[in-house]
Amino acid sequence: MMTKKQKEKTFNIIITVFACVSAVLFLMPTVLTIANSFMTSTEISANYGAMLSNMTSDQKTFISDNVNLKFIPDKVTFEQYKNVLFKSPDYLLKFWNSVILTVPITLFQIAVAIITSYGFSRYPNKIKSIIFFVYIILMIMPYQVTLVPNFLVADKLGFLDDTGKAGIDSFFSGLGLKPDSIISLKQRLAIILPGIFSPFSVFLLTKVMKRIPKSYIEAAKLDGASEWQIMTRIHLPLCKGAVISVTMLVFIDYWNMVEQPLILMKDSDLHPLSVFLSQINTGDIGLAFAVGVVYMIPTILMFLYGEDYLVEGITASGGLKG
Amino acid sequence: MKIKNDCGRRKEKIFSNLCLIPSLIGVLVFFLVPFGIVIYYSLINNPTSAEFVGLENYKRLLQNDAFILSAKNTAMFSAISVPLAIVLSLWLAVLLERNIPGKSIFRTFFLSPLMVPTASVVLVWQVIFHNHGTINQIIELFGGKGIDWLKSPYGQVVIIVMFLWKNLGYNMILFMSALAGIPKDIIEVAELEGASKFYQFVHIKLRYLSPTILFVLILSLINSFKIFREVYLLTGDHPTDKVYMLQHFMNNMFNNIDYQKLSAGAIIFSLVMIVVIAVLLIVENFFGKDVE
Repeated sequence: MMTKKQKEKTFNIIITVFACVSAVLFLMPTVLTIANSFMTSTEISANYGAMLSNMTSDQKTFISDNVNLKFIPDKVTFEQYKNVLFKSPDYLLKFWNSVILTVPITLFQIAVAIITSYGFSRYPNKIKSIIFFVYIILMIMPYQVTLVPNFLVADKLGFLDDTGKAGIDSFFSGLGLKPDSIISLKQRLAIILPGIFSPFSVFLLTKVMKRIPKSYIEAAKLDGASEWQIMTRIHLPLCKGAVISVTMLVFIDYWNMVEQPLILMKDSDLHPLSVFLSQINTGDIGLAFAVGVVYMIPTILMFLYGEDYLVEGITASGGLKG
Repeated sequence: MKIKNDCGRRKEKIFSNLCLIPSLIGVLVFFLVPFGIVIYYSLINNPTSAEFVGLENYKRLLQNDAFILSAKNTAMFSAISVPLAIVLSLWLAVLLERNIPGKSIFRTFFLSPLMVPTASVVLVWQVIFHNHGTINQIIELFGGKGIDWLKSPYGQVVIIVMFLWKNLGYNMILFMSALAGIPKDIIEVAELEGASKFYQFVHIKLRYLSPTILFVLILSLINSFKIFREVYLLTGDHPTDKVYMLQHFMNNMFNNIDYQKLSAGAIIFSLVMIVVIAVLLIVENFFGKDVE
């Protein structure tokens, strides 16, 4: 007969083992991608060639009928990375497309959200809470709903066609842009502009700012701080964790984007890597893993740097009220 | 002195109102005003002649086989994956609540898929669920017969697994913080009175968790409508019947610039969302009332 303490101990061991197994399962896709990125292209086609054969039956160059998932490469090489970085400018271009969409959306969305949440959290009144409620509804709406109005606006502004509205085109050429870059800028703006005003970060930051004790603000006011100073010197530092966390969440969401480019970007040369990677399995399977790893580097670095902030922000996001 | 103070307060109030202006303009221009136009478009026959046709567009949409298929698949996916996401993430949170070594490492591992771009790992998922892939090899090892997952009636299993992989971590964090917020003395009293762990969980913890469960439910529901990303990365432009989602249908409508069907679709979807969430809020209000 085991004592209660012993029972507890065995139970904990079982749970630890179980948690280990599930943790390994959770890590597996990421680790496998990284491990496979160091294989030679011959090894990759030997292992995964069977997948290609499904797509194009005339290219039966594979050896095995099975698709073999391998953890450890026979020979570690940087061949794939060399090809990605030096021989296939396509991937770098698509990577750049992702950057030029995601970075402005993230930065501007956070900047707008900080100011807006400050407005919501100071001197709350009836009208503000109604507006905030509208923001929550908007946040809940999936892309299948919000992309339709976004598309209408982009269409009205002439962002979807090469020769758009004369007024907007001449505005951009007035800024000294060439016709080519105006076309690509317009398609990017069609995604970036609605992204900036997406309400998720406003929701999260408002909740955090409302928790700042009134006494801090009163004390600052007694010392003669202006409203702008209260925002930048009190609210911002106290919300640092939440701001970092919401930056990460917004960044990864747009880094993953697929819906918007498919609908709002006619020109597939401008598509981000997140869309382009879906086509890779029909072509350069030998590079796919390395491209995947390159694509996850920014977000993984963010995660390693900001995991604790991320957890803090996720915790703060809980609950629709207040 | 008092007058000066009042004046300062008024200025501050005005400043806090002004802070809302940039965001409000953006939301009005890109979401609310065009949404009004969407409602208008859903009620007319076409933008050029603009004749009012009542609910004709809605009727046409509801008679469209592709729309019905995509709505059915999307609803089925959400109905299976959202409850699974809640139960499994709550389970993980309860697991990590116990005193086991290396808790924070486990937290990191479970949360990591959130920050890994789906596009990066999609190839591994394809290998795992391929006709001659890992899962089928394991099945065949035990004498079973593998199936071509994505093309089979079980196509949704693949995307459900991918959905859970990505979203369990976020939900788990929410549950962990909610579990930590349950007052210790209530649990202690229950323990003194001899309540079993199971009783404590069902009758005490679950009640305190109910606002979090609601939030996780809504969040998972929103995320479940983003599963199109995974499907697109797995199958490209040509999904199989089982994973033909609402977004696929919408994309076709966008390509054909069929404003009427698009608008009607968006309105129906938004109404469904509002009704579902209102019902959830009412249920939670009823269920969690006596806790707060």
